[in-house]
Amino acid sequence: MSRSIEQLESMVADLLAEAKKQGASAADAAVSSSAGLSLTVRLGEVETIEHTRDQGLGITVYFGKRKGSANTTDLKPAALREAVSKACTIARNTCEDDCAGLADPQYLARDYPDLDLHHPWDMDTDQARELALEAEQAARDYDPRIRNSEGATLSTQTGSFIYGNSNGFVGGYPTSRHSISCVVLAQDGECMQRDYWYDSRRDWRELTPPRRIGEKAAANAVAKLNGRKLGTCQAPVIFRADIAPHLLRSLTGALRGHAQYRQSSFLLDSLEQKIFPDWVKVTEDPHIPRGLASAPFDNEGVATNPKAIIDQGVIQTYLLDSYSACKLGLRTTGNAGGVRNLAVTTGDLSLEQMLGEMGTGLLVTELMGQGVNAVTGDYSRGAAGFWVENGEIQYPVEEITIAGNLKDMFHDLVAVGCDTDIPGSVHTGSWWISRMTIAGN
Amino acid sequence: MSNTLDLARETLLSPAGIDDNQLQHIMNRLMSSRVDAADLYFQYSRQESWVLDDGIIREGSFSLEQGAGLRAISGEKTGFAYTEDLHLENLLEAASCAHAITRAGENRRIAVTGGQAVQPLYPAANPLESLPDEDKIHLMKTLDAAARAADPRVKQVSVNLVAGHDTILVVDSEGRLAADLRPLVLCYVNVIVEQNGRREQAGTGGGTRGSLAWFLEDDRALGYAREAVRQALVNLEAVDTPAGAMTVVLGPGWPGILLHEAVGHGLEGDFNRKGLSAFSGRMGEKVASPLCTVVDDGTLPGRRGSLTVDDEGTPTRNTVLIENGVLKGYMQDRFNARLMGMEPTGNGRRESYAYLPLPRMTNTYMLPGEQEPEEIIRSVKKGLYAVNFGGGQVDITSGKFVFSLSEAYLIEDGKITAPVKGATLIGNGPEVLTRVSMLGNDLALDQGVGTCGKDGQSVPVGVGQPTMKVDEITVGGTAV
Repeated sequence: MSRSIEQLESMVADLLAEAKKQGASAADAAVSSSAGLSLTVRLGEVETIEHTRDQGLGITVYFGKRKGSANTTDLKPAALREAVSKACTIARNTCEDDCAGLADPQYLARDYPDLDLHHPWDMDTDQARELALEAEQAARDYDPRIRNSEGATLSTQTGSFIYGNSNGFVGGYPTSRHSISCVVLAQDGECMQRDYWYDSRRDWRELTPPRRIGEKAAANAVAKLNGRKLGTCQAPVIFRADIAPHLLRSLTGALRGHAQYRQSSFLLDSLEQKIFPDWVKVTEDPHIPRGLASAPFDNEGVATNPKAIIDQGVIQTYLLDSYSACKLGLRTTGNAGGVRNLAVTTGDLSLEQMLGEMGTGLLVTELMGQGVNAVTGDYSRGAAGFWVENGEIQYPVEEITIAGNLKDMFHDLVAVGCDTDIPGSVHTGSWWISRMTIAGN
Repeated sequence: MSNTLDLARETLLSPAGIDDNQLQHIMNRLMSSRVDAADLYFQYSRQESWVLDDGIIREGSFSLEQGAGLRAISGEKTGFAYTEDLHLENLLEAASCAHAITRAGENRRIAVTGGQAVQPLYPAANPLESLPDEDKIHLMKTLDAAARAADPRVKQVSVNLVAGHDTILVVDSEGRLAADLRPLVLCYVNVIVEQNGRREQAGTGGGTRGSLAWFLEDDRALGYAREAVRQALVNLEAVDTPAGAMTVVLGPGWPGILLHEAVGHGLEGDFNRKGLSAFSGRMGEKVASPLCTVVDDGTLPGRRGSLTVDDEGTPTRNTVLIENGVLKGYMQDRFNARLMGMEPTGNGRRESYAYLPLPRMTNTYMLPGEQEPEEIIRSVKKGLYAVNFGGGQVDITSGKFVFSLSEAYLIEDGKITAPVKGATLIGNGPEVLTRVSMLGNDLALDQGVGTCGKDGQSVPVGVGQPTMKVDEITVGGTAV
C-alpha cells in the first residue's frame, strides 16, 4: 500500500521545519508514494509479475538567493535529516542568483479544482493475467503472419503526492494510472517487423478494450512487412496522429522559459510572431477531468490555467516557471514541471480524406533517433511509413530519413486531421506538411 | 573482494541489522516453492550534481537511493518485488510477493556460503568526497571562463559536474555473495555561439569510474571546454547536408555508437532467446566484412561501461561478438544464459534495485585494422566524414538503426572540405558492417559520457572503434 495523504503532509511539514532549523530562509518539498502491479504475458504464459512500490522526496532550500536541493527514496527520519543537511551544504556553495526563490505567493493555488484523477483498480494477478492474455491472443489471432510476440502488459498504479513550501502552501492529491500495451512481431519470409499499441488512463473503466489494443498492434506490425526504400526526393509528408505530438513538443520545448533565457531556442524572442497558418490554434488545458497530464497547480504550487499558446498562427505566450519568468522580466505562466494536456485545432478531414487530397507523398508512422536541433530547428530523423499515390497507400517504406527545418514545417502545415483517437495527453490528428526532403537510395 | 564485501555489508546490511542467518531466511522464503533461481540485490547510492549556467553556479543537488530488489525465477517466469525499507519484515514481505510467481512445491534450503575474490577494476573511494566543494566550484568556474575566453562568439556556457557512488551486494540462490563499490564521475560542457544572427551549439565531456581529480589531470576538463567551443564554431560554418546514399568514413572513438546500435543491441541474449532480433539464429554466419572484429569488454580499468562484477555478481569479461566478420557470441545475463544453455558473460545489468536485470552492453568496440586514417580519407572521391554524434536508436527486430551527426564534413576528391549540419545516418544492422571496406589503425574509445536506454532502464556504457569506411549508407539531409 502507498502512504496516506496525511502521512505525506506531516512529512512535508517536518521537512520544512527541519530546513528552517538548519538555517534556510525558505524551502519547499515534495513527497510522493505509489504502489502497483505490472504483469506481462508472452506467447500465452505469464512472463513477469512485478510488484512496484515507489516513494521519493525532494527538498529545495534557499539561503537568501542561494539554492540547494536533495532527494531521497529513503523516507526514514535519519535519511530526511541527511537530505536537508546536504541541500543546505550545497546552498552555501552555490552563487547568489537574483532570480532564485519560491514562487510569488500571490500566484499560488489557494483553492483548486478536484480533477478526478484517482480511480483505484482492485485487481489481483489472475485478473491482470486474463486481460493481458486477451490483448496478446487477439494480436496472435489477427493474422497468420503474427508469429512471435514481445508480450502484452497490464499495469496499474495508484499513488499520492504532497507539495508544500515555507510560504504556507500545502497541496496534494491521490492519482491513479492504468495501462495495457501489446508488442508483436509479424514475419513474411526473411522480413520481420515489430509494432505495438497501448492505452493509458486515469480511470480504468475508460481503457480501450484489450482485444482492440492487440488487434491494432498486430495490424500495425503486418502493415510494415516487406517495406521498401525510397529514392531521395522532396514530397509532401503526413505525420500520422500518434506521432504528431512530437511536433507539438518541439514547439513547446522552444517556448520554454529556460530555452528562451539561455538563447537555446529556434523560436528565440518570438512572442507575437506568426509561425503557423492563420487557422492554427494550440491550447493547454491542465484542468481536463481525468486527464493524464492534468494538474491543478504546478511544481511550485502556482495555479494552472487553460490558455492559448498559439492563436491565429501567432505565438501568445512563453511557458514559464518563476525562475525563467524572472530572467525574462515576465510573470510565471504556471508551467513549472512542463505543459499539461496540449491540443491543436483539428479540421474536418479524416486520415483517408487527407491522403486523398495529398495525392502523392509520404505517410510517416514511425520516427527514429534524436535528430532535432533545438537551437536551429534543423530536423532530420529516421522514419518509416507508407508511400501514397493517387491518394492511396501503395506500399510500406522504411530506412529513410525526413529532413527540414521546424520553422518551415510549421509554416508549411496544410491541415490537421480529425483522426484524434490516440492515447496520451495530447489532442491532435495527423499533420500534413506540404514539403520535406526524403533521403533514401 | 573480501574487503569489498565487508564494506558492502557494513553499508547495506548492518544498519538494518541483517546478518547471514537472516539472508538465508529471506532466501528460503523466496525459494519456498518451485523456483529455479532467485536473487536478492541490495543497493545504496549517493549522487551529487552541480550545474553552472549563465555564469553562475546555479544549482546543486544531492540524491540518495537505497533499497533491495528480490527476484524469483521459475522456468521462463519471473516474480519481482522491491522495497526501500531494508528491515527483515519488509524484505520477507517482498520475498513472498516475488515468489508468488509459482504455486506450491517443495522447499529448498539455502546456505549463504560467501563470496569469490575478484580484483576490483576501480578505486573503492567515494568520489563525492574526492574533491572539496570549493575545488568542484572552482573547476566549473574555470571551465566557464576558459570557454568564454576561447572566442568572443561564445554566448552561453553551461557546465555539469556529477559524482556518484554505488554500493551493491547480491546474494543468489546458490548461496553466493558478491559485492561491488562503484564510483562514477562525469563532466560536461555545453556552449552556444552566435555570429551574424546565426546560433549553434555543441557539447563535449568525459567521465570515468574514479575520482573527480581525474578531470584536473593534464587539464583534461579544460580540454572539454575548448573542444565544445571548437565544435560549435565549426557548426557556424556548416552547410546543408546532401541527402542520399553515399560512402561514409566514420572517425575513431565515439562514432563506435554505430556498433552499439547497429549490432550491439541485436546481440543481447534476451532478444535472441525470444527470436526477436534480426540476428536471431545467425550464430556462426557471416554478418560483417572480414575486417571486422567486435567485442564487448567490461574489464577495462576505469572505463564508464566497466564493472568488476555485473548486477548478478558475475565477474565481467571480454566477449567476442563478431570475429573476422563471423557472428560468434551473445551478451548474456544468468537468466537468459540458463534458458539458452550458454554461459553468463557478466552482462546482467540493472538501473537500480527497482528494476529487473537484463543483458546489457558494457564497453563495445571494434578492434583496429592496418590502414592509416589519411589513406582511408584519400580513397574517397565523394562522401561524408563523420566525427561526432548525438544519440542513436535501433529497432532490433527489423535491424534498422539511426543516429544523428553533430560534427561531419564533406569529402571531395580525397580531401575533407566543408562542414555539414543536421545530418542523420540510417541503415540496417545486419547489412552495414558487410560494407566496411577499410579499417584504420587508430582504435580509440570514447571519453566516457555514454548512457544506454533499454526497457526504460538507463546504464552507463562505453563505445569505441578505429576510423572506418562504409561503402554505402543513407545520409538524411535537406540538400537534394
